[in-house]
Amino acid sequence: MGSGPTSPIREPLVKGHKTYHQITEDLCSPTERAPSRAWTLAFIVALSALTFGVICIIITIWVGIGTWRLNRTIGWGWDITNFVWWIGIGHAGTLISAILLLFRQKWRTGVNRAAEAMTIFAVICAALFPMIHVGRIWVVFYFFPYPNTRGPLWPNFNSPLLWDLFAISTYFTVSLLFWYTGLVPDFATVRDRAKGFRKKMYTFLAFGWTGAAKHWQRHESLSLVLAGLATPLVLSVHTIVSFDFATSVIPGWHTTIFPPYFVAGAIFSGFAMVQTLMIITRKVLNLQDYITLGHIESMNKVILVTGTIVGVAYLTELFIAWYSGYVYEQFAFFNRALGPYWWSYFGMMACNVLSPQLFWSKKIRRNVTMTFFMSIFVNIGMWFERFVIIATTLARDYLPSSWSFYVPSIVEIGIYVGTLGIFFTFYLIFVRVAPVVAIAEIKHILKGAGDQYAKPNAKTTFQQVESGNMELEAAGHGSHHGQDHH
Amino acid sequence: MKHGEKNIIFGLYDDEEDLKRAVIKANEDHLQIMDVFTPFPVHGLDPLLGLAESRLHIGGFVYGMLGTLTAFLGMTWIFTRDWPQIYGGKPYWPILSFVPITFELTVLFASIGMVTTFYVINGMGPGIKNTIIHPSITDDKFCIAFTTDGHEHGHVDKLRHFFQHTGASLVETKTI
Repeated sequence: MGSGPTSPIREPLVKGHKTYHQITEDLCSPTERAPSRAWTLAFIVALSALTFGVICIIITIWVGIGTWRLNRTIGWGWDITNFVWWIGIGHAGTLISAILLLFRQKWRTGVNRAAEAMTIFAVICAALFPMIHVGRIWVVFYFFPYPNTRGPLWPNFNSPLLWDLFAISTYFTVSLLFWYTGLVPDFATVRDRAKGFRKKMYTFLAFGWTGAAKHWQRHESLSLVLAGLATPLVLSVHTIVSFDFATSVIPGWHTTIFPPYFVAGAIFSGFAMVQTLMIITRKVLNLQDYITLGHIESMNKVILVTGTIVGVAYLTELFIAWYSGYVYEQFAFFNRALGPYWWSYFGMMACNVLSPQLFWSKKIRRNVTMTFFMSIFVNIGMWFERFVIIATTLARDYLPSSWSFYVPSIVEIGIYVGTLGIFFTFYLIFVRVAPVVAIAEIKHILKGAGDQYAKPNAKTTFQQVESGNMELEAAGHGSHHGQDHH
Repeated sequence: MKHGEKNIIFGLYDDEEDLKRAVIKANEDHLQIMDVFTPFPVHGLDPLLGLAESRLHIGGFVYGMLGTLTAFLGMTWIFTRDWPQIYGGKPYWPILSFVPITFELTVLFASIGMVTTFYVINGMGPGIKNTIIHPSITDDKFCIAFTTDGHEHGHVDKLRHFFQHTGASLVETKTI
């Protein structure tokens, strides 16, 4: 990271010959103007979905889990499918902000803020399902280990379900802290432009940020360490989610391939959701100079790689089922592909394995419309994947007499629609309140990646920038840089 | 002037390279800089200002270790002392099963501890209002500020001359 020189063959990440002030204007103005008609309409739709979801949740709590069509064979249906799907979507934000920070990928600055916001909202949606699917939400605090009068009765620390609780609550907390700490300097920028009530609001949100050199130094140190901590964390979360299945004794679930396969799938679906929303956001808020085709292409490359990993995992599963000679495992996979839910298996294969292969073509990677539809395909495919793993596998028990079939009730569908409502309502509020692109980070990379600097025949070439640095260093002060510089 | 207030003079620069040159000049002229404010982290500035590397990450390590010990010793106490139970024939002290939660709490403690420390040592927090020297600092200006209290009479003129000489686009005095 840093404002150091970039190779001229790199595509500029900030277009339109921006100045620092222009960046402030472009990125703050969406929070300053009145909401557009499109936003209002989208907000009404999202809020209606949210309301419908809340009604369905109330019905579930009031009447009981009996309002869902789960049965004694299929104990997990849409609830856990949605849970895993949302957790997966929540993986892109931290991957972009943490892992790509450690890998010095400057293009992350264009999309990290919005992707982190999506992470937080997706984890909120995900966390809802374990809470309501236990049936008695009023005793949900039994999940947590605390000194109690029931024995004392502690939760089972050997259980992956409890690990999951710790993983998801830690993931949510760390993502929130990381996101908010990054937002503070940008809230300060909005604060210093605002008047009246908005000034008061952003003064509160900006926590008294001044921009002092020492504060920036600590801010960078904090971001780097949080990124270092969040990197294994993001890998651990979906690993532990996969343990929920992998440590069970259900054929088709207890496979050691699950952790890497789930993590790759999570990143795959997370990036797809980021693409879906960023393509709309950049268009509506006119951010094409900050979220360029280069950004979209980079994310499509991640989708291609992770989609291919997922595809290899599917094929490996099939191969191992055959190679193991274990009839129960073989039957589980036979049943997935050719059983009563065959359509979900083929949906999953088509959306997750075949469709991302189109991204080998640079032309398609840089085509916004194609990317948009592909991102939706991927998310449908990844939903099917979880449904295949969960419901399809459970539907065919060991004894044919307990074989069953499962179709969701309107309440189950309503809760899923409701989580989409929660996600989009929060996202729409977020784009009105906070700068969608990290202002300070874009300014930071401008001299290294702005189009007027990054091109070979730019006004200030990087050699000049570099010789400027040399002069400073020759002055005898700057012989070394801080911890994460250059 | 109220108690605790101080008089300052500050200059705004349009570019981080101008700022760095000005800081070098101030060091040469033995002018004591109060603070430097920028819209984004300017790399190479810390050594010029003589700022030592932040020790926040050491704090992070200590908080993390605290999390490790809390999780590991907590689960050990529960499973071996407080309420030993047999789960599916597993040993009373299943160290491997403790790995995920120990890891998660390490990360959780380190993050919460570091972020809290960051805000406390910076004097920041929800609703806290610190003095904003100039609203453009969070936009596109790079600021150097000097205190003018306790100096001889010609000091302010000397600083004005310094700002003029180093290409500051705006120079102002202020009581903060």
